[in-house]
Amino acid sequence: MISTPDLVRTFPFPFAADTYRYSTNVEPAGSAVPTPVGRWGERVVDVDSEYEHELAERAAVLATDPTRSAVLPHMRPACWDAMLTLMRELASGYPDSMSLQRHGAGWRWRNDRLGIEQDFILGDESTLPAEPLAYIAGQVQEDIVLLDQRDGDLFGDAGVVTFAADWSFGFDVGMTFLEIHGPVPRLRATGVITRAREFLMRLQPGETYRRTNWTLTIGRRLDVSTELYHEWGPDRTMINGVTDEEFGRLVHLRVEVQHLIRLPESGSICFLIRTYMLPLADIAAVDAWRVRAAAVLAELPEDIADYKGIIGYRDRAVQWLRSA
Amino acid sequence: MNTIKLVVTAVDDTIGGIRTLTLADPDGAALPSFTPGSHIVVDCGGSANAYSLTGDGNSPTAYVISVLRCDEGAGGSRWIHDELALGDTVAAGPPRSAFAPVLRARRHLLVAAGIGITPMVSHLRSAQLWGRDVRMLYIHREGRAAYADVVAGLGEHASIHTGRAEFTDELLAALADQPFGTHLYVCGPASFIEYVTGAAADLGWPVSRIHLEHFGSDALDPGEPFAARVTSTGEEFVVDAGVSLLEELERRGFEVPNLCRRGVCGECRLPVSAGAITHRDLYLTDAEKKAGDALMACVSRGGDETLEVAL
Repeated sequence: MISTPDLVRTFPFPFAADTYRYSTNVEPAGSAVPTPVGRWGERVVDVDSEYEHELAERAAVLATDPTRSAVLPHMRPACWDAMLTLMRELASGYPDSMSLQRHGAGWRWRNDRLGIEQDFILGDESTLPAEPLAYIAGQVQEDIVLLDQRDGDLFGDAGVVTFAADWSFGFDVGMTFLEIHGPVPRLRATGVITRAREFLMRLQPGETYRRTNWTLTIGRRLDVSTELYHEWGPDRTMINGVTDEEFGRLVHLRVEVQHLIRLPESGSICFLIRTYMLPLADIAAVDAWRVRAAAVLAELPEDIADYKGIIGYRDRAVQWLRSA
Repeated sequence: MNTIKLVVTAVDDTIGGIRTLTLADPDGAALPSFTPGSHIVVDCGGSANAYSLTGDGNSPTAYVISVLRCDEGAGGSRWIHDELALGDTVAAGPPRSAFAPVLRARRHLLVAAGIGITPMVSHLRSAQLWGRDVRMLYIHREGRAAYADVVAGLGEHASIHTGRAEFTDELLAALADQPFGTHLYVCGPASFIEYVTGAAADLGWPVSRIHLEHFGSDALDPGEPFAARVTSTGEEFVVDAGVSLLEELERRGFEVPNLCRRGVCGECRLPVSAGAITHRDLYLTDAEKKAGDALMACVSRGGDETLEVAL
């Protein structure tokens, strides 16, 4: 096993069948999903053994490229709302190390994992060391996008996204939900994305849903944003020249568990994207995963494989999994 | 709908015909936060009524509602005025948002008449907390000045009237003189809403900038009971109001794939071989709905004839 054991035990293997197509695959959040080697899904905000490492990586990305974080001015209440909501999720998921308490007009946040104890007053930015969305983004492994709902549409008007899978938050900020998803093949024609939008616009305060998405990434590289294409893009050709042993170690199944929360006070939608990765070598160690992943990759239509950027090496991935 | 139990911890009858209730969690826990303009649906001795939440919206220790006594109504408000007492427990749904402020608005112009002030109160509280530019016009009957203190807290940006003529003059002047990007929020009797929105339309306000509070949530209504039959087993049964076909089938031991239970994911699509369908989902296309040979069991229902499900 290459990965830390807890990353395998909690891996959200995404394939429920031998074929994959885009669908409005939303379900209520919070229920555990058993896998052959463990389970995932009990918590909306998930902390694992990569916590400190991934937060350091997020901080480094933001220091190099501040456009990964943006808040349009009207989203200020939504950022506070998101911060409180994520603190509540952390506190309920990890009561031993995190807590959120109210003291009259003020609040006290404790995150023992990072050695933080912070008193703050809702709506008063001077009581926090950073803008509230940036502050909480420094304490969760999830990427965050906040969607404002107005004029019968949703707009991606705030967010901190450092681990984008071949998209650019800085480019998308302020766009409508349909514009953001414009490049994805089949979504408009099949009605998947308009249905998703209608569903999201009807979410009521406090309701939380989830879905998964997936792709393949070469190397355990979280930041495969469009901004850095020049760094990671060439890997897609390079990978065909490596040995089988290296191929299984380098090619990762990358799964996003996305949570959708209607924030109660601002009415905005908080979209969390949590990225999990396992190398094919670890996927193949679980036979049900190995067989299922090979079947899905082999059957995946060309346009989807092309959009996911895996068309150049998916055949080899299938071969590799089948002979592993 | 998941129901919450709330205890009446205060009753305020200071204002004639309007009873204000403070409702708290029986154990004193904080209640879910809510969006400005939200309401809760309260079980009023058998009938369900929606009332705006007028208290603090962030992790409140209590929900506050104000109920106007309607003698010609279905009886819910009379029950609250005549039957409900301090210490009683009521059942209510969680807060629902259907009249939220548009966060990007340059200014918020709130116009209310009578008990229509109630959904505006949380707008005002939120606007003050977040520093939004808000103006309020409020007309009420003599002696019925509900929440006048909260409105007056706006200072020069609030105006409270009891006389129709001056109110109308000020309303028309206000509607004619707002910066671009102002959003208008209206609540009151139907004739009042009609008058204000008509005046706004005449002055060129786009419909997308006008927001009305109409009680009743956009949640699916419980629907009518209908008869259904499962082709494979011949089983016949009635699906009660408030129960979905999916729930009834599951109760009877049928396994139906499902995910969202909201009519969007498409998982619980079932073929139908006879009977009219009341489609209520977002998944099927108009053509598929017209074909009438499939339904989404989680939200859609049958009609007068028995619905035959080809399971």
